[in-house]
Amino acid sequence: MSPISRGFHRRRGEEAAEGRVPPGQYVTHDFPVLSAGPTPHTPLANWTFSIEGASDGPKSWTWQEFQALPTETVTKDIHCVTRWSKLDTMWTGVSLDVLLGAVSYDVPYVLAFCDGGYTTNLPVADLTGGKAWVAFNYDGGPLPPEHGGPARLLVPHLYFWKSAKWVRGLRLRDVDAPGFWEMYGYHMYGDPWREQRYAGD
Amino acid sequence: MAGTAVRGRLNAQGGQPLQPLTTAWQTATVESLADETPKVRTLTFELPHWPGHRAGQHLDVRLTADDGYQASREYSIATAPGEPVAITVERLDDGEVSPYLTEDVHPGDEIEIRGPVGGYFVWDPVDGGPLLLVAGGSGIVPLRAILRHRAREESPVPVRLLYSSRSWAEVIYRAELDQHVEGVTVIHTLTRQQPAGWQGYARRVDQRMLTEVAWSAAQAPLAYVCGPTSFVETVAAGLVALGYQEGRVKTERFGATGS
Repeated sequence: MSPISRGFHRRRGEEAAEGRVPPGQYVTHDFPVLSAGPTPHTPLANWTFSIEGASDGPKSWTWQEFQALPTETVTKDIHCVTRWSKLDTMWTGVSLDVLLGAVSYDVPYVLAFCDGGYTTNLPVADLTGGKAWVAFNYDGGPLPPEHGGPARLLVPHLYFWKSAKWVRGLRLRDVDAPGFWEMYGYHMYGDPWREQRYAGD
Repeated sequence: MAGTAVRGRLNAQGGQPLQPLTTAWQTATVESLADETPKVRTLTFELPHWPGHRAGQHLDVRLTADDGYQASREYSIATAPGEPVAITVERLDDGEVSPYLTEDVHPGDEIEIRGPVGGYFVWDPVDGGPLLLVAGGSGIVPLRAILRHRAREESPVPVRLLYSSRSWAEVIYRAELDQHVEGVTVIHTLTRQQPAGWQGYARRVDQRMLTEVAWSAAQAPLAYVCGPTSFVETVAAGLVALGYQEGRVKTERFGATGS
């Protein structure tokens, strides 16, 4: 039984978002930045997106090749494990269906890897079926570096640390090994609607 | 240097989780309150089961209204491992949780806490130094935990703290930071208002200030930077430009509407 804090009440205006905000989250209107170190800046000429571990060999796209792929623009609610949610964010990017559709594989997991050394683990099933993108535009403009530009993973149905910033590729894997924050005790899957914040939730 | 892709910069790769977090919510009693500045208050808790924390970690606070509505926020732990658990909260006027924690809460009140949380932005004497701590506003809180941990452990690691505040009245932990501690140098900058006769820095942290204050990159310093997003972006990029290794610049940021 949670103790009642007399004098504490819901901030006015918070009711409107009811049903769209997972448990333990609050709505923010700005876009907080969270990352563990300095923001990397990779020149686009050096940028590639790679898929490693496919049964038909590695696959890689340069920035130019990547921009030539079919894109989608989507509007999604995003939920950070530090408890902010931001509604109706607009992104443009390449669907993971397109990227994973370019290779052959028969494994259930990926480890996303990034500039700066960040990693995060995801089931392949959460990246396919129109659920995930590699996004390079945010709100109509190029994705700013502090928010993960030039390109980041966008997996809006999971906590936002799974939407790895500065993503450079996916490593297909037959086992689910923890990524960066997962190593520090965050949940291996991270479903905000089941409040899977930390290992054991 | 910036622009070079270095895989493996963040040092948690492969292997088993370092710190399983299976702690449950527990009811804490507010033991004492201390005003740090007109808008900032420290709350010290009595907790039935605390597994211990590391300097730099945070915890989750959950409040429940009389209609059952709940809100949770993360706060950095303000004290060293082994000290009573405390948080230091800045009141945000449009906030939901921080006005309650800074104005309405009384000693003896009960609130729920879960933690500790986070394991990257932490320091132990074994991590060494020299240490460069850079704080903007209430970003000082986890860095103060690191300073207290260093003192309690009698670590000889040399420390420079660069602390940016709007005014002298808004400097959190001012009396504590004023006390001379062997091996620790505290450098303030006051960005909006300075007391009469102020001799110190009076502007936002910039590259020139970092060059003057920071340890030389040749000493392989370890840096912890905490503050608002734009502050952390400026400082972290500035330290990398000075030659600091990216993997030795640890950052923690909070947005304008943090709580």
